[in-house]
Amino acid sequence: MKYRDLIDSALKNHGADYCEIRIEETDNSRLTYRGKSLDTIAQTSGLGGNVRAVTKGGWGFASFNSLEDLESKVSDAVDQSKAVGTRKTEIGDGQAHVDVVPAHIVNDPKVVSLEEKKRLFDHYNDLVWSVDGINSADIIYGDTSRKTFFGNSDGSYIEQEQVHVISRISAQARRGSDVQQAGFSIGSQGDYHLVKDLDEQVIDAAKRAVGLLDAKPLQGGERTVILDPVLAGVFVHEAFGHLSEGDNVYENDKLKEIMYMGRKFGGKHLNFTDGASIPGLRGSFKYDDEGTPATRTPLVREGELVGRLHSRETAAKLGEQPTGNARAIGYNFPPIVRMTNTIIEPGDATLDDLLEGVEDGVYVRNWYGGMTQHEMFTFSSGEAYMIRNGEIQEAVRPVMLTGNLFETLQNLDGIGNDLDMNQGGGCGKGGQSPLPVSNGSPHIRIQNCLISGA
Amino acid sequence: MSESLIQAASSRFDQAEVYRIESESHPVSFESNKLKEIMRRDTSGVALRVIDDGRIGFSSTTDASREEELVDRVGSLAPFGSEAAFSFPAPAEYPTVDIYDPAVTRISQQEMIDVGQSLVEKLLDEWPDLLCDARLGWSSGRGRILNSAGIDVEYDQTGYYCYVGAQLIRGTDMLNVWSGYGSSHHFGDDELDRLLQNVRRSLRWSDNLAKASANSGDLPVIFTPRGVGATLIAPLLSGFSGKNVANGSSPLIDRWGEKVMDERISVYDDPLIDGASGSRPFDDEGVASQRMALIDNGIAGGPLLDLQTAGQLGKKSTGAAGRGLASTPSPGTSVIDIAGGDSDFETMISGIKEGLIVEELLGAGQGNELGGDFRANVSLGYKIENGEVVGRVKDTMISGNVYEVLDKVESLSSSPEWVFGSLRTPAIQCLGVEVAAKSE
Repeated sequence: MKYRDLIDSALKNHGADYCEIRIEETDNSRLTYRGKSLDTIAQTSGLGGNVRAVTKGGWGFASFNSLEDLESKVSDAVDQSKAVGTRKTEIGDGQAHVDVVPAHIVNDPKVVSLEEKKRLFDHYNDLVWSVDGINSADIIYGDTSRKTFFGNSDGSYIEQEQVHVISRISAQARRGSDVQQAGFSIGSQGDYHLVKDLDEQVIDAAKRAVGLLDAKPLQGGERTVILDPVLAGVFVHEAFGHLSEGDNVYENDKLKEIMYMGRKFGGKHLNFTDGASIPGLRGSFKYDDEGTPATRTPLVREGELVGRLHSRETAAKLGEQPTGNARAIGYNFPPIVRMTNTIIEPGDATLDDLLEGVEDGVYVRNWYGGMTQHEMFTFSSGEAYMIRNGEIQEAVRPVMLTGNLFETLQNLDGIGNDLDMNQGGGCGKGGQSPLPVSNGSPHIRIQNCLISGA
Repeated sequence: MSESLIQAASSRFDQAEVYRIESESHPVSFESNKLKEIMRRDTSGVALRVIDDGRIGFSSTTDASREEELVDRVGSLAPFGSEAAFSFPAPAEYPTVDIYDPAVTRISQQEMIDVGQSLVEKLLDEWPDLLCDARLGWSSGRGRILNSAGIDVEYDQTGYYCYVGAQLIRGTDMLNVWSGYGSSHHFGDDELDRLLQNVRRSLRWSDNLAKASANSGDLPVIFTPRGVGATLIAPLLSGFSGKNVANGSSPLIDRWGEKVMDERISVYDDPLIDGASGSRPFDDEGVASQRMALIDNGIAGGPLLDLQTAGQLGKKSTGAAGRGLASTPSPGTSVIDIAGGDSDFETMISGIKEGLIVEELLGAGQGNELGGDFRANVSLGYKIENGEVVGRVKDTMISGNVYEVLDKVESLSSSPEWVFGSLRTPAIQCLGVEVAAKSE
């Protein structure tokens, strides 16, 4: 219990309604390739912490890299909270948890030498370049160990360690001034073997990039689209997940009226869930960054809103239970409501069932990015293919899909039975990016989705 | 300490460089019309970069107790590092630029609370249904660079910023508008009023909803200064990145000195503008800053280069190296300055029979920008009909290529505006933007 005494002693007589201290130690390894060869190799380490305090509903926050004189950081944060607070503090009744949670490790990246990692990624870089027509490779490998030491005025003291492995491999092809790229992103908690045996995927990405030079752009407009599990995962994250975050709603009466429990968002086949207690995924953990135990929260059941994601404050203000979704990307940020592992629960259809009857549509796979602003969302596919008469046909240039949450969920009319998870992404919100999350789904079908081509 | 670190590294490796930063920042935030949180951040850290046997080793830490490990760590990394195409530079003359305002360090918590409060109240006066957020803060910091070629330089800078935003919900129609500004210097009512004017104009223009019609490029589009920043800057600047030039991804590679767009377009990277966010006397490798013409009357100038990319291309660094603590430097922009034109902004609008105004995008940057392509959902945009703004458009996407669009410029406004603090640009009206919209 490395910092327990330090934290306990600093929190004595804090003077706020509630106070917490979080200290973090991090270690990172990173390899990047741009162009023909290795661009950078880096190993970095970090130490930092913060104090967060609330008094009469007002918050104070102080972050630092030096752990000296923690008491004065506590008084800074408490003074700030007192300068802000004019109402009542509402954070619910905290429960004290004392726990040490080791990292979820399957194959520890720390025991693999940097030399071996470099050899492996040199090999992937060579593979990209072995494909005719390639102009550049863009490869990132990273592994991170993050240890957090958390104590609060409720009596909690929790140590947790997380180890993450991520990689993004992308190939570029060029013809004149036309530059196209294709790639994939993967991630895992604690499993270095995620990045072994990627040869086939790497060559496929390189070939796709070259193929895109000949692929035609699709004309923008409304289409029937079928999304693969990975892109459908990004869809549920962007289209629904962000609006489920309690901090959008808790002080916003109009949004509360719109996001009322029981509201029908779509057909009975719609079931969405988010939870960090789903084990072994990138968004999994035992306690969130306020010391609340992780849960598995049903958000939509049979098309109706049944739940939200919360921090202690958003839960208390809405009269709901905390869900363990308060997360901070690092010590220099306060925790805010974030997603963890977000899922569209599987249905009964096969991909063929979904394709049936689609005369002129688009099959979209893989992801490039996604973004949300209230009820509007966009997400970009890594790959796109025409569907004609129920068959997936030639590749077209990747598309961006956009929509309005309310309409689009009504138009989601098919859910497959093949749930799969996308673990290669990071979520951004409030300047805290990329936060490890996962999202997943089976294949899904959406009617009348607005698409923009090249 | 930095001196002992550079000495230890220089005696063990062929060349070495130490980069140390320290800063404090004081953010204040308002949420849903009320003061919500006061914060303070103190950060410090150091990075060590060495060149040994022609290879680069790099490590950094924010843990003062582990600084001594850095020398051993880079020692174990350098043999596997990338090949260095440069040597650390010797001391040189640096230009002066004003980026430190002592008045910023004297900004009190109460002053920031009062400024935020006043902005919120002024907006609520006119639109009582708004939910306003505001974020403001001041910061001060110091960066120091030492290297084995004798450089030992540091600069102090301050920063002050203010964002104000408002959300309006009517039924399931949601509107979010914001405006913001940052500078190294303290600013007051003039700039704050400008922020309010921007928010008020967006609210007024959004009073009605309008329909955009699908179009394949014949519809004139006016990008406001914010719209220029949101749509055109990133796809344009990716062609100037030294890394993209060095690895062959830039569409400008064989086109330096050629006309690549309308001759009324001139784009500068200028780190020597006093008071601008991003200005600095030298870059993060200690190379002197300079004002660079990226596009000079439509002609492509040259790429932004740091030491490594310059070496790879057989050129000299342009002083464009930027870095955080966690990674090695890479070439980037400092402050972007785009020349204005002849037209009055109101006249630009009144001269359009049917067109679009673009302010903000959702999802920009999530496609293939390397060739200059852009596409995104127009999260804040307006329809022009018969010379007037008739309402806000939604469920509308735009796409196009920045080289094509800036070759079809119809007019530029005459008074460039700061978009936040690191981009100054006029409004630009052009053709060639493809519009996709949801049908009824």
